[in-house]
Amino acid sequence: MTDPNTLSPLDLDTPDKTFLDSNELVINMGPQHPATHGVLRVILRLDGEKVLGLECVIGYLHRGVEKIAENRTYTMFNPYVDRMDYVAAVSNGLGYCEAVEKLLSVEAPPRAQYIRVILTELNRIASHQLWLGTHALDIGAITPLFYTFRDREEILKIFEKYCGARLTTHAFRIGGLQYEAYDGFEQDVKNFVSFVKPKIDEYEELLTTNRIWLERTKGVGVISGKDCVALGVTGPVLRASGVKWDIRKAQPYANYKNFEFDVPTGQNGDTYDRYIVRMIEMRQSLRIIEQAVEGIPEGPIMAKVPKVMKPPVGEIYHSIEAPKGELGYFIVSDGSTQPYRIRVRPPSFVNLQALDLMCRGQLVADVIAVIGTLDIVLGEVDR
Amino acid sequence: MYGSGINALTHLGQNYFEVDQSLIPEILQVLRDDEKFDYCVDLTAVHYPKREKQFDVVWVLYSFVRNERIRVKTQIVDGASLPSSVPLWATCNWLEREVYDMFGIKFDGHPELKRILLPDGWKGFPLRKDYGILQQDSEWVQINLGIESGQ
Repeated sequence: MTDPNTLSPLDLDTPDKTFLDSNELVINMGPQHPATHGVLRVILRLDGEKVLGLECVIGYLHRGVEKIAENRTYTMFNPYVDRMDYVAAVSNGLGYCEAVEKLLSVEAPPRAQYIRVILTELNRIASHQLWLGTHALDIGAITPLFYTFRDREEILKIFEKYCGARLTTHAFRIGGLQYEAYDGFEQDVKNFVSFVKPKIDEYEELLTTNRIWLERTKGVGVISGKDCVALGVTGPVLRASGVKWDIRKAQPYANYKNFEFDVPTGQNGDTYDRYIVRMIEMRQSLRIIEQAVEGIPEGPIMAKVPKVMKPPVGEIYHSIEAPKGELGYFIVSDGSTQPYRIRVRPPSFVNLQALDLMCRGQLVADVIAVIGTLDIVLGEVDR
Repeated sequence: MYGSGINALTHLGQNYFEVDQSLIPEILQVLRDDEKFDYCVDLTAVHYPKREKQFDVVWVLYSFVRNERIRVKTQIVDGASLPSSVPLWATCNWLEREVYDMFGIKFDGHPELKRILLPDGWKGFPLRKDYGILQQDSEWVQINLGIESGQ
């Protein structure tokens, strides 16, 4: 095959066969792209508009968080975990604090557990709202973005009043909480619950029975429950494919067993089902918050943990149900103040593996919809 | 049945097996098929440079039916390779690539074992204990980014 750049005008009478003759087209959906939710590079192999296969190239946001962990003490590492899934930072902190608490064999006091649950569920709603706004925007519906971001502001205001930060909150400490719930915290949360319920109805009104939404999302990115389990996909993606599994119910942590809530599942495992599952999850989170805010007990907010933390030698694996899936921490301690190894099992990293399977045979525009529906955050994928 | 090659222990309420390297693909197969651990949660490694068998490779498995999570640990020397678990659980594809990328542990039979988080062509395995926290592959940085050093 001759290099087209070296052909002279006289050669063009009998051109050799070039790569333009084959049907297959390799296109790069580069790291800078408005719809890839971060710096994700996807190399698509297309036959016209149909996707034959794709390959994800990640690592553009790799910051070496696991290596940093080996050079910081346990308390010093706490702010780093928020930066991984920066959209839902509170749940990252919950997973880490609980894992270290297990290593130290301490338990946070009940008041701290209640406030932790409230903040984590608020954070779940905020994450799903951001997901809805950006997913709808990628597909072409611009209005939900403005609605969800406007309503998400109320949650971020509560976070700011509580711990001073909106996004990377560092809300929890090992052993409990540092800050007492501010005056008016319960009232603010109750106001928020009654504020956001009609707003979720508004989002549903815009999209759930919208003909264009249905055409763009029904039957797109189908993945079966068996494939999800084999690929290790968790979270709303797994539940929408029919497997009813939620770590908050299966292996409860942080006093979730005291609260009543349902776990929604879908049947078809397509993008529309994942949308419905996340909408129902938002409402169930509100239910949990309502129950929690009624019964916050009085008491201390911090358990007795030593100032210089030296967990005994051992390993632990602890995982929580983050808004994106199963977020796990595998911590190896060698008895010193610094962890020997912290491994973060990121839900978005494992879910992103399923992208290839979900996009085979679909159109290019569906790839955008599927990336949105997987709800990935590159900070977590790359760490 | 497996003699002294396997050791079942518990720490802080979490069960784990310490398995000899030679038993690895068989034990994982038994766990997946007979004991129904159909979901491989995580696959990772830990580096102990002062030990003779320097690496600890850990599989975390979960069974939906039994609602139980276990860990399987094995120790390997530097330079040894393990059989890939991709035929057992498809999720191990990227997980094994990350272990290779960060530690240099090779998995035989993996469909495409190449670096995943670091650029192709990076030299060195960062999560090993002898790789400094500020160290970077300055050759790669100079060739690809055109600057003297990433520091």
